[in-house]
Amino acid sequence: MISIKGVTKRFPGVLANDHISLEVREGEIHAIVGENGAGKSTLMKILYGLYQPDEGSIELRGHPVRIDGPARAVALGIGMVHQHFMLIPRFTVLENIILGHETARFGVIDRRASEQRVKELAGQYGFAIDPKAMVATLSVGQQQRVEILKVLYRGADLLILDEPTAVLAPQEVTELFANLRLLAAGGKTIIFIGHKLDEVMEIADRVTVLRRGQVVGTMAAGETSREGLAEMMVGRPVLFRIQKNPCHPGAPLLSLDDVTVAGVGGTARGHGRGHGVGGSQGPAWRTRIARAAVDGLSLQVNGGEIYGIAGVEGNGQTELVEGIFNLQPVTSGRVMVLGKDVTNRPTAQIRAGGIAYIPEDRHRRGLVLPMSIWENLILGSHRRREFVRRALLDRDRILGHATKLREQYDIRLADMDAPVLALSGGNQQKVIVARELAQSPQVVIASQPTRGLDVGAAEFVRQRLLEMRDAGRAVLLISADLEEVLSLSDRVGVMFRGKIVAEFPAEEATPQLLGPYMLGGAAPAEMEIPLADARGEGGEARV
Amino acid sequence: MDAEMLASALRMSTPVLLAALAGLWSERSGVVNIGLEGMMIIGSFWGAYGSYAYGPFWGLLFGMVAGLLLAAIHAVATVKYKVDHVVSGVALNILALGLTRFLCIKIFNQATASEHTRAFATLNIPLLDHIGFLKPLVTKVSPVIILALVLVPLSSLVLNRTVFGLRLRSVGENPLAADTLGVNVFLMKYAGVLISGALAGLAGMFLSVEHTGMYVEGMTQGKGYIGLAAMIFGNWNPAGALGASLLFGFAEAISIRAVSSVIPYQFIKMIPYALTLAVLAGVVRRAVTPAADGVAYERGGE
Ligand SMILES: Nc1ncnc2c1ncn2[C@@H]1O[C@H](COP(=O)(O)OP(=O)(O)OP(=O)(O)O)[C@@H](O)[C@H]1O
Ligand SMILES: [Mg+2]
Repeated sequence: MISIKGVTKRFPGVLANDHISLEVREGEIHAIVGENGAGKSTLMKILYGLYQPDEGSIELRGHPVRIDGPARAVALGIGMVHQHFMLIPRFTVLENIILGHETARFGVIDRRASEQRVKELAGQYGFAIDPKAMVATLSVGQQQRVEILKVLYRGADLLILDEPTAVLAPQEVTELFANLRLLAAGGKTIIFIGHKLDEVMEIADRVTVLRRGQVVGTMAAGETSREGLAEMMVGRPVLFRIQKNPCHPGAPLLSLDDVTVAGVGGTARGHGRGHGVGGSQGPAWRTRIARAAVDGLSLQVNGGEIYGIAGVEGNGQTELVEGIFNLQPVTSGRVMVLGKDVTNRPTAQIRAGGIAYIPEDRHRRGLVLPMSIWENLILGSHRRREFVRRALLDRDRILGHATKLREQYDIRLADMDAPVLALSGGNQQKVIVARELAQSPQVVIASQPTRGLDVGAAEFVRQRLLEMRDAGRAVLLISADLEEVLSLSDRVGVMFRGKIVAEFPAEEATPQLLGPYMLGGAAPAEMEIPLADARGEGGEARV
Repeated sequence: MDAEMLASALRMSTPVLLAALAGLWSERSGVVNIGLEGMMIIGSFWGAYGSYAYGPFWGLLFGMVAGLLLAAIHAVATVKYKVDHVVSGVALNILALGLTRFLCIKIFNQATASEHTRAFATLNIPLLDHIGFLKPLVTKVSPVIILALVLVPLSSLVLNRTVFGLRLRSVGENPLAADTLGVNVFLMKYAGVLISGALAGLAGMFLSVEHTGMYVEGMTQGKGYIGLAAMIFGNWNPAGALGASLLFGFAEAISIRAVSSVIPYQFIKMIPYALTLAVLAGVVRRAVTPAADGVAYERGGE
């Protein structure tokens, strides 16, 4: 179907793709795996015409092609779902899908015909979606479906999906895979990039491993194992089972006492600005006050312990974490850190009290993308004595500190002065983790800490969290990855609709036991089950 | 309050409305156009000259083209060379001021005013002009006012219903997404800014040719900025811009008519400007700016 021949791409100081040759067969699901910064996204952007290769050529069905821009890629039947979604939150599903490819008469969009086509297409591949809904109101899984429909609408027969599962809940992954199999059965060719090797083994026909811009090998998924792939990627064996010392819980370092966060304003979600357009969104406004995002939640995390919160995303996890740091106001209840009441104190003051924060959304909360890497590495601790000399930042000292972190966390970068947005997704995440853990906090709040990290880096971050725990610190871990929660935590709480509905010691917790609680099925009887859309804007339940 | 007053308010709001529409076209494509004021100045001068030399129709054409040409500089600076939108706009305002003065001396042999110009023949709205109390409102109406009013639904239609409008808006919201779908981002931004310039030029031409009958230095009196305020107040929608402009026009009509021996004249003249401030302070938090407004677009990067 498509063959890539000796493609090389250089960025200033980085060889992102180094003579990559690769063949993808018609109708197969071809996975590409590799460490953070291995060059996967770069290669895909070349296929989609967003970057031009410095060397090498691409052949499509035996004919050499020059893909000089996305428009050309679309014309050739290549479609891409990007690692970071490319949707316009304030447009409807329909507008997002037809943009650039509209059916029109005399320049006026033929809405009825377009809607008909989108509905047909969605029906054909089993996507349930309302074309008139505004994208800002959709769950992440639904947004991804819009992205895939966009690609199909353009008649693509080669679909590129860059880390499509990173942002999905387990059920959504299952749905996505069902969709992908249907597409492949229908003759579409799919390139799939992923870090979760189990998923890769499940969905792919063949797998190609990249390392530092080069192809290490391509093999059938059946011929390899998770461990084998991981070793090829990283160049050394990777531990999947984590070694855990026995837990010695100390005094409570973080206690949340009947905390309620209304979640009004939707700062938690990516599209806060998109809401309320047109002013006719009465229902959305009403559901906002229907129930608080975090609803009288209490929990305690002791020193020397990892408390894991399991739960389907959108059940108040984001609001809980942002409430602790006063990024959203706590409407009632108390937040105590190291025995001190810090409820609704200024964020800088809360952080100075010895609590670190790894946010789930690295672009909106974790980094200042246009700022340099070294600046991002000291954000929040820039006031510290050691970094300041005569009221100015002491660049030499900071660079020394940054270089140390870079080595310790293996952040792959060419230049400390480069903006952090030039890093690959996984390396951006490492910058945040390095910065937060470097302050030797007493309490760590880690929200999706390994999202987008390759197996090696994820293992590394998990080890750091365990070290924190062994050193007597308290760790609150929130992760959509149930396996991660279960393997790291000493106690597990299940969060559903703003409450901890069940709590288990780690030894007892299994996916089978937690599953029903996560879906609310085993919820206590007094819980009312509101309308499906009553989640409001703070989060979307996917139950 | 009477129809006479309403008519005056309508006349006052027309340049603000045109400026607001101008701003809207540019900002919906993601380019902040603070150079509206300058484009109005240029438009008022060339409109006056065109009308003086060849008649009002040519005045209209000259005014619009002049605004468009100035906007072209803004477009090249911000879209191609990625100059900060505000810096470029402010520079254009200064340029427009100097340039018109220079041209005024060259053409009219005086620095601050042109000769008298010829306005369009006024229209009476058929049928309505027989209703007695409406008379001041519907008789002797400038065709440019009617044009401005027609441009409101027209802009709405083009923005919301056409392929061109959808693409233009997409570029103002998320240019990267638009680009990956094969929308020509730069072309759309150029289109938005050029339309903006032409409309701003028209606003200026209305002031000189239709409203005053000559070009006078400083005659725009910050109406370009008030237009921007009206655009924000109107939430980047043409209909909203119309409502906001009428409000400002009304305030101005009052400030002209209000005579008081107690309050100094200057304070009364401040009413529309003070209103702008008050309204903006109250409204801006509610407003939804196009998401990529004022941001330069470059390919690449995650
Ligand atoms: N626009 C850019 N400018 C400079 N360097 C870049 C740019 N884009 C990518 N790079 C560099 O190229 C290398 C490959 O990046 P790429 O995004 O392809 O990695 P990846 O395999 O997708 O990683 P991840 O799994 O973390 O997403 C990285 O070292 C990255 O820093
Ligand atoms: Mg990537």
